[in-house]
Amino acid sequence: MRSFEKSLNEFNDAGIRIVGISVDSPEDTRKHMLQEAGYNFTFLSDPNLEVIRRYDLIHAHEIASGKDIARPAEFLLDSTGTIRWRMVTENFFKIAQPEQVLEAARSLR
Amino acid sequence: MNRINWPIWTGFVLSLVAVFSYPLVFVRWPITREFPWANLILFAIALVLLFFGLRRAFIPDKTIVSKVFSTLAAVFGVFLLAGLLFLIYVMGSWLPKSAGAPQVGQLAPAFTLTDSNDKPVTLAQLLSEPVNNKPAKGVLLIFYRGYW
Repeated sequence: MRSFEKSLNEFNDAGIRIVGISVDSPEDTRKHMLQEAGYNFTFLSDPNLEVIRRYDLIHAHEIASGKDIARPAEFLLDSTGTIRWRMVTENFFKIAQPEQVLEAARSLR
Repeated sequence: MNRINWPIWTGFVLSLVAVFSYPLVFVRWPITREFPWANLILFAIALVLLFFGLRRAFIPDKTIVSKVFSTLAAVFGVFLLAGLLFLIYVMGSWLPKSAGAPQVGQLAPAFTLTDSNDKPVTLAQLLSEPVNNKPAKGVLLIFYRGYW
């Protein structure tokens, strides 16, 4: 996530909006992601895992938090909402890089 | 004279550095996170030091205390290396399969969620509202675990 924040200008230039989705409440997001961590993304809260379930991304009883949370996953959508690139990683330590997404974004109209 | 066994102590401290530098430092960059070569180099040096420290502890004039502590330090160093590899390659893959996640070429399922200003936002809005004062070309959805 941090690397995406650092590349935010490039995403803006490419016309790509970055949207973070987690189970965190809007209040927690304001406090921790916007104020403390200084992110400038759009953040959406899915505390009841409705959308996270619809995308089949629930990580049930995650060991560090002990809660049901979202597993890491990234989807690049074109302006029609069609998925043009995605990464649903099999290892927590291998996550999407901004360069990969920007490369995929170059093919979008 | 009972000189301090510096290889065992340096090796022990270095193996602690080797394991804790992963979550604290090297996890930040993909090149040192996806394959922990920086930590493995540190561990290699630590294990060499531990090996020579052990050899030194087992020469005849060393005390039994020195032998016991050196052995514990060496075992602990190997244990830390195993712990790091377990974290990255075993615990790191404790993720659900997510076989039902939408595929490339499919339409992303629509949704309405609350943003950080407590306002409802639809996926359609995210796709249509301008980015950088220009029509949006796309949206990157990042699902994440939440703040730590």
